[in-house]
Amino acid sequence: MKPVPIELTVNGKGHSLQLEPDMPLLWVLRDELGLTGTKYGCGIGRCGACTVSMDGAPVRSCSLPLSAVTGAVTTIEGLGTTEALHPVQRAWIDAQVAQCGYCQSGQIVAAVCLLQEYPEPTPAQVDAAMTNLCRCGTYERVRMAITRAADALRAAEDGTA
Amino acid sequence: MSGGRRDKTGSRTGSKTGRLTRRAFLIGSVAVAGGVAFGVYQARQPHPNPLGGDRPDPAGADDDPAVTLNPYLVVDTDGVAIVTPRAEMGQGVHTTLAALVAEELDLPWESVRTLHGPAAAAYFNAAVLAAAVPYPSWDHGWLAEGLRDVAGVAGKLLGMQLTGGSTSTADAFVKMRKAGAAARSVLVQAAAARWGRDAASLRTDGGAVVDPGSGERLPYTTLAADAAAIEPPADPPLKPRSQWRLLGRSLPRVDMTAKCTGTAGFGIDVQLPGMRYATVLANPYPGGIRGGFDAGKTEDMPGVVQVVDLGPEHGDALAVVADNTWRAFQGAEALNIDWRPAADVTGDSAAMLDVIAASIDTQAPDATPRDDGDVEQALRIARAEAKPMVEAEYRAPFLAHTTLEPPAAVALREPERLTLWCGHQAPTLLRDLAAEQAGLDPEQVDVRVQFLGGGFGRRAEVDFALQAAAVAEAMPGTPVKLTWTREEDVRHDLYRPAAVARCTGVPGRDGLPETAVLEIASPSVMRSFAGRAGLPAMGPDKLITEGAAMQPYRIANYRVVGYAPSSPVPLGNWRSVGASFNGFFHECFLDELAAAGGQDPLAMRLALTRDYPFAQAVLETMRELAGWDRPLPTDDGRRRGRGLAMTHSFGSTVAQVVEVSDGTDGIRVERVHCVADVGLALDPAIIEAQMQSGIVYGLSAAIMEEITFKDGRVQQSNFHDYDALRLAQTPEIRVRILQSGEAPTGVGEPGTPPSKPALANAVFAATGKRIREYPLNKHVTFA
Repeated sequence: MKPVPIELTVNGKGHSLQLEPDMPLLWVLRDELGLTGTKYGCGIGRCGACTVSMDGAPVRSCSLPLSAVTGAVTTIEGLGTTEALHPVQRAWIDAQVAQCGYCQSGQIVAAVCLLQEYPEPTPAQVDAAMTNLCRCGTYERVRMAITRAADALRAAEDGTA
Repeated sequence: MSGGRRDKTGSRTGSKTGRLTRRAFLIGSVAVAGGVAFGVYQARQPHPNPLGGDRPDPAGADDDPAVTLNPYLVVDTDGVAIVTPRAEMGQGVHTTLAALVAEELDLPWESVRTLHGPAAAAYFNAAVLAAAVPYPSWDHGWLAEGLRDVAGVAGKLLGMQLTGGSTSTADAFVKMRKAGAAARSVLVQAAAARWGRDAASLRTDGGAVVDPGSGERLPYTTLAADAAAIEPPADPPLKPRSQWRLLGRSLPRVDMTAKCTGTAGFGIDVQLPGMRYATVLANPYPGGIRGGFDAGKTEDMPGVVQVVDLGPEHGDALAVVADNTWRAFQGAEALNIDWRPAADVTGDSAAMLDVIAASIDTQAPDATPRDDGDVEQALRIARAEAKPMVEAEYRAPFLAHTTLEPPAAVALREPERLTLWCGHQAPTLLRDLAAEQAGLDPEQVDVRVQFLGGGFGRRAEVDFALQAAAVAEAMPGTPVKLTWTREEDVRHDLYRPAAVARCTGVPGRDGLPETAVLEIASPSVMRSFAGRAGLPAMGPDKLITEGAAMQPYRIANYRVVGYAPSSPVPLGNWRSVGASFNGFFHECFLDELAAAGGQDPLAMRLALTRDYPFAQAVLETMRELAGWDRPLPTDDGRRRGRGLAMTHSFGSTVAQVVEVSDGTDGIRVERVHCVADVGLALDPAIIEAQMQSGIVYGLSAAIMEEITFKDGRVQQSNFHDYDALRLAQTPEIRVRILQSGEAPTGVGEPGTPPSKPALANAVFAATGKRIREYPLNKHVTFA
């Protein structure tokens, strides 16, 4: 397809771009905007390494054409930084989840979306939401980190209530 | 042994380093900008110093060939940086290697900085080849040690900086602590000189030299320049284990925060100004031919810069270069290429498996690494007396690695220079082959190792990086990032070979196995890898029988034979290599022998391991951890069973019990218990993670993975048809760590071999179905 003007909001920042509407969001993030925290794993939406949040819902950016991006996009870079970690990132570090680390951006974004929808997820809800592939098999600690993050988010909520 | 004195130029004089005896190594130091680097002198042959130290190489007398330093740490005005000369592919090696140095230097863990070691032969890994001699790793007899040293020397000469074989920690365990201890000694001497006090009265704490008398402190940063002028002790004493503060503890990993914030740099993430993006489409028929191609449509596509024909030496691949990865992918899809299988290709995997099986009858053995008792006579008697026998043929499929980061590398060709950025397990091998390809000297090639998005043996291969270099060769001055699609990865892996085992066993009167014979046939990974790498293949391929031959069991008549049929399929090292199928063959076979002899699988193994106390300890611990003697619950209408397996591999002994349940939705893997004797546990949380990882990797293959060939090409292409376990299917995995030794043994791979047989044995216990090949989902349904 021919490039067309496209407006995109990523991590709270607006971008005016001239790109093909069928270009998947993943490659816009990585190659056009330089946000390499979101990963390519399969290109067919099966592995989840490319998971980003669109208006709070997890989407597989490798299979989402720009023309279908209808909301604000949040990537791993938009969640928190080393100095100001998101509570889910904090929980991930406390549980020492990552091994090779390649899938973890997608895992963390998926967990953030899950906990927004279900602040106290059941094991079945965790199973259903966390479909991201991890070839290092960090799943046991992913479960542990989600439990910790849910506790931390609830404690923060109680503290501010 | 003395390191010799230094003359005014800093050169070593009168050194005896040229006559290093076996297993000796010398600690040394070299001045670098702003400070000093410490490491070991070890190679008989000189390797260039990767840090480019400004002190001349210590060349001296005729009998004293130049040796250079393998730097493990740098102390300068910024602090202490620890050089971690191994690829971080998730196994936590940067953390553990850094801890070895930090322990001796009394560094606060929070202050530890790590540097990826540049590709340099000075980081050779002698332990990789030392593990490749045909003696059990618990045998420290003179013969085994002698052979290990011979193989180790070969490793040095090959200049391998290889991360693999679960050897990194074993290799570094003494060397990196010695380097830290030498640095500490010199820093203390520097402080003593400044203060005019006795070095013996000073201590180190919190990254500083401390005078306990006065309470004064001198941080290492302020002592670095002085320390560069002091000769380090060649063989500094190490802290006793009782005084360790970091080792033996679970430390926060040095790479964790970066990996949880999206800031860890993988090979695929490297960005350079003016960079172009490429992908390849290689011939889907291994060894096939290309009639011709039409790139016209591709070249007209927006953003496409160039199509480069990489030729037969690069898998007959065409590379499409564009201004963004997706446009390169689109361009590659639009190529019109006339590919055909090689004329003589028979290429169906079922037929390949039959050829492999037939080699047991038609070929001479490649090796017989175990042959206890008199197998022929025992089988003759058993047949004559019509004793109950177990005769079974086991099969294992071809497998792909599917590292989640697909093969990717960035290359930049400049005059007289080539730079490569990628995650790699063998960067010196890559450097040498890239230099050869580019017509450069190895010194003109710079391999900058990034984080690896999974290794599992795939990133010991040079194919993708050499392709990137070849594309860059066509575009001098322009950095090119080459990214494989997942489809290319699945279709162009160096596969874990298929394998067949013919097993014959006889239970004795007491029900224990009296005779056990495993005839194992599998195309040689070693020869396939060595051929690609231009390395000599040395002797029989021990990998064909590893994980079956050297198991800690005593059986009166016990034989393990390896056969090495040839194969048209390119083969590579897949996590735990030969043990990845031999664990399955050996331990399923033992389970069959237990059933035939009316034995409990755990009690039987306890009886067979009575010569090996470490194995007994693993099994006894498993009995308790898994609650082996307690029946499984039966109240929910599901049939349940547990399976046991134990494999000694990479120096470690790992037993696993898998619990499954079978119901209307299929078989669920409920729980895995794992007991791992890792010699000495340096970081329990990392070891636990590696066991869990190895188990998930193994169970994924056991349940659902298989690469098949039809008409000479791979039939699978992506995670929809080559999947792995997801969170929902992954059982709870409990790990118990045992330490029977004084030094660490492997942890990255030994978790994988017992997982597959433990699962298959559990399926048998629950369902009565004895499945002798995987993936098991060809025979049973999993929930």
